[in-house]
Amino acid sequence: MYKRKTNIWNNIDWLTVVLYLILITFGWINIYSAVYNDGHQSIFDITQRYGKQLLWISASFILILIVFLIDVKFYSFFAYIIYFATILLLISVLFLGKEIHGARSWFVIGNFRFQPAEFAKVATSIVLSKYISSFNLKIKKFKTLFTIAAIILTPVALIFLQNDTGSALVYFVFILVLYREGLSINYIFIGILITALFIASLLVDKLIIFFSIEIIALIIFILRNKNIKHIIIALITISLTTFIVWKINNLFNYNLSFYIVNLIGLTISSIILSIIAYWHKMNYIFIILGVLYSSIIFSNSVDYFFNNILEPHQQKRINILLRIENDPLGTGYNVNQSKIAIGSGGFSGKGFLQGTQTKFNFVPEQSTDFIFCTIGEERGFIGTSIVVLLFLFLLLRIIYLAERQRSRFSRVFGYCVASILFFHIAINIGMTIGLTPVIGIPLPFFSYGGSSLWAFTILLFIFIRLDASRLELFG
Amino acid sequence: MDIYKQRKYFIQIIFILVGVVYIIRLFALQMVDASYKISASNNVLRYITQYPARGLVYDRNNELLVYNQATYDLMLVPRQLTSFDTTNLCNIINISKPQLIEKINKAKHYSYFKPSLFLKQMSSVTYADLQEKLYKFHGFFVQTRTLRKYPKKFAAHALGYVGEVDKAITKKHKYYNLGDYIGISGIEKSYEKELRGKKGVQIFLVDVHNRIKGNYKKGKYDTSAVAGANLTTTLDATLQAYGEKLMQNKKGSIVAIEPSTGEILTIVTSPSYNPNLLIGRIRTENYLKLLKDTLKPLFNRALMAKYPPGSTFKIITALVGLQEKVLYKSTQYSCHGGYHSGRVTVRCHYHPSPLNLIHAIQYSCNTYFCNVYRNIIDNSEFASTDEGFKVWRDDVTSFGFGNKLGSDFPNELSGNIPTSAYYDKYYGQGHWSSLTTISLAIGQGELGITPLQMANMTSTVANRGFYYTPHIVKNISNKKSIDEKFFVKHYTKIDSSYFPIVIDGMEKVVNGEAGSTARIAKINDIIVCGKTGTAQNPHGDNHSIFIAFAPKDDPKIAVAVFIENGGYGARWAAPTASLMIEKYIKKSVSRKWLENYILNCDLINVQTQDKHME
Ligand SMILES: [Zn+2]
Repeated sequence: MYKRKTNIWNNIDWLTVVLYLILITFGWINIYSAVYNDGHQSIFDITQRYGKQLLWISASFILILIVFLIDVKFYSFFAYIIYFATILLLISVLFLGKEIHGARSWFVIGNFRFQPAEFAKVATSIVLSKYISSFNLKIKKFKTLFTIAAIILTPVALIFLQNDTGSALVYFVFILVLYREGLSINYIFIGILITALFIASLLVDKLIIFFSIEIIALIIFILRNKNIKHIIIALITISLTTFIVWKINNLFNYNLSFYIVNLIGLTISSIILSIIAYWHKMNYIFIILGVLYSSIIFSNSVDYFFNNILEPHQQKRINILLRIENDPLGTGYNVNQSKIAIGSGGFSGKGFLQGTQTKFNFVPEQSTDFIFCTIGEERGFIGTSIVVLLFLFLLLRIIYLAERQRSRFSRVFGYCVASILFFHIAINIGMTIGLTPVIGIPLPFFSYGGSSLWAFTILLFIFIRLDASRLELFG
Repeated sequence: MDIYKQRKYFIQIIFILVGVVYIIRLFALQMVDASYKISASNNVLRYITQYPARGLVYDRNNELLVYNQATYDLMLVPRQLTSFDTTNLCNIINISKPQLIEKINKAKHYSYFKPSLFLKQMSSVTYADLQEKLYKFHGFFVQTRTLRKYPKKFAAHALGYVGEVDKAITKKHKYYNLGDYIGISGIEKSYEKELRGKKGVQIFLVDVHNRIKGNYKKGKYDTSAVAGANLTTTLDATLQAYGEKLMQNKKGSIVAIEPSTGEILTIVTSPSYNPNLLIGRIRTENYLKLLKDTLKPLFNRALMAKYPPGSTFKIITALVGLQEKVLYKSTQYSCHGGYHSGRVTVRCHYHPSPLNLIHAIQYSCNTYFCNVYRNIIDNSEFASTDEGFKVWRDDVTSFGFGNKLGSDFPNELSGNIPTSAYYDKYYGQGHWSSLTTISLAIGQGELGITPLQMANMTSTVANRGFYYTPHIVKNISNKKSIDEKFFVKHYTKIDSSYFPIVIDGMEKVVNGEAGSTARIAKINDIIVCGKTGTAQNPHGDNHSIFIAFAPKDDPKIAVAVFIENGGYGARWAAPTASLMIEKYIKKSVSRKWLENYILNCDLINVQTQDKHME
């Protein structure tokens, strides 16, 4: 017993721990600077955010101790119980939670606020690692894929219902973990295609989408066939039928829209082409047609879903996300102010507490989502690039540690930690410099807030603990 | 064993790629793009809100009623303060040193970093003085604002006023910041969104000497202010001014409406106040003074005072009787000094008897309408008093009584038409009858009607059975049209064929032989149709009421006049209404003796004793 414990302390990856401590210290200094005012100067003033953050940091150290004391088998053994308890919390916050900034995602007990969505990431990571590591699983069968989708999408749906779109989107980063564990690259392409089609359906006129899909199908056909005669026949059939439908429409005053005319033309011509293809035993044409029609149906149902099923405030959120809606004093305004703040920092920054942009309250949410502005303004390019490099170093270190695990559970968990941190870092910093959409998620270890700090701490240190015991864990 | 191990490289490459792209982007933002660099000389950005000009307000003939005047506010950012010559500043802006220190502390308390309002509305002379020396006072700058001005000094209640937003408003509406103006009453309030326009922001580079060095990034991040929309009101400035003049030294209200559109030509509340009293620095002080005034000049009588309509309501009783087929043009009742039934007596004055409907209106016979009212309620077609009363009430409320009309004023009241539930509660169910409520027949009792509702009823009669919701704005400069609801015809439950009979009676009221109740309102070559009324007032002298429209065919104006403690309707209200009609239709008043009679009438300083019945 004694021997095993010393082993653990010796096997801890102190490099990661030191990285964590550096980030958290730098983070606190920035919160101090972001909310600093001449009236309150004591760092322990808990009426101020930096004072509170100091409390959260101290609490994190206690959490780290607890994580180290818990046996490593605990997570794998209780994975499902932890997961279901978290789902219950996510459901109950919908009914018992308090709405803050439009999202009903907080439990409020006295002065203490707690956001279950932050901890749901930990629980989902644990259960995903447990499921994938069981029975040498291959991520190929439909049943397996379905179970994984259910594990990930249940918290996503609940968090989306809480109106916390940002936190819900984080879960899509698990696709990186699945990819590492053998998910076919085709699924990732299909995922990207569906996302692209989804966004295009909202952004672009449906006629353009229709023709784009039609042209893509034709290109695939040309790539497969290469017979000039066949291509010309296909082109002539489609144009001719569409033209005839158009003529009939005009002649009899059916008043069909141009879109419907094209749709009918395409349907008739594809029936003709299918018969010809059937004769010539060109079966691949049916796959092309299948993809073509499912894309058209999908694009139309997105339109319907968006306009008829989503609530106006959800529509607005998606619109802002996709930059359809231009809100000068809303999201776009924040990004402009944020870019000014970061840009004004120059090479070495204005110095500690000297930021004017962040101080004037022109950058909103400066201690939470836009904390990176303070770094940019006061620390300049030196500060921002060091922070980015520190984060990159941490991510690569976690991947390195994950790859040296003997247990698949530990490895999957390591990838979960790296992916979640990566998504938060990339999206949060990206939005402050205008590269990614404005999604309200915190910058790990930097943003003000107990729940997110603790969730990231627990996530990272469970992995450090797993790594420390890597010699005991197999399979 | 682990055939996917090489996939780790792909993930690592994604991480590194994102890291590299972000560092390049940061390099571009912070190092390459020089325009973001303002740190070198410790310069700061100053955000100056561009306040749009609030929309102007015109009358129906494009006479200017409300405009803006520039003023200058001194602002302070406490964090930028350095030591300065306090005596010098105190002298320029004319405040004492303790005041200066208090103001600085107040600004610090609000925020170190955000600009605070330091001194409101400096004169242009002070501003010119200060502008030259402003560079000596770091942290101070001047912001230009505008104040409302009312060149006509009238229609204070209708136009309303603007004031600074308070904390509650800034929390509720993100558009407003402390110190912004917002419409608080009248059309300033109901058309706030149209009038205010949209604020803009300009970002300037300011050097260490607090001097503006130029636009930041050539104005790339600036937004320009959008001026507020101008409003054309339905008011006729000449008529409004005339109405307010006639109402001098009297308490009450005049509302005049153009029946064919529902446009409010005049809306007078008396006593009123000069709207220029409630602007800028003097507003709070004057507001408190007006609030303390025992004559309640801030009380908007035209929209908020509820009066029993008195005999003017006989018009409604007649129309409901005709509609419910308990009254015909030829129906006659005789009257011998009053209506008697059981222990109830409603007295009447001397007039010929018996009377048909037209003459009953002409002589305003109480007995006649008591009979009509009882026949409506006790109609044998209905099973109970309750049912009869509900029919009566439905017909009455279809004139817009008992509910808010839905005009474009922010603080309209609904008045009161009692319900059967009210009497059930008051007398007990089944313990009241048409006789218990007989005073409703002649417009007394629990009825409460606002002057606006009364003018609207007059307009409805003039239109022979419908009204357009009264409104005060007819055009908004940046919109195609005002609210569609003002173009909807509201029909009453009375068939339009019944109106001409009643209108004939109203014509006789003014133009009939001796004994008609309001011959004083007669105008040569304009057929005025009217009806007098006297509202019983338990607190003092009765209120004088008159409603009228003219000309009889194709009416141009419908007017309701209420004069508190003015005695019977024909005494003050009828001549006032008549003068208003003459002024509007003929553009000038020929009956100078009548005008002087009204102008010299003082019901406030000398309480006249007048206990006449009609
Ligand atoms: Zn009589």
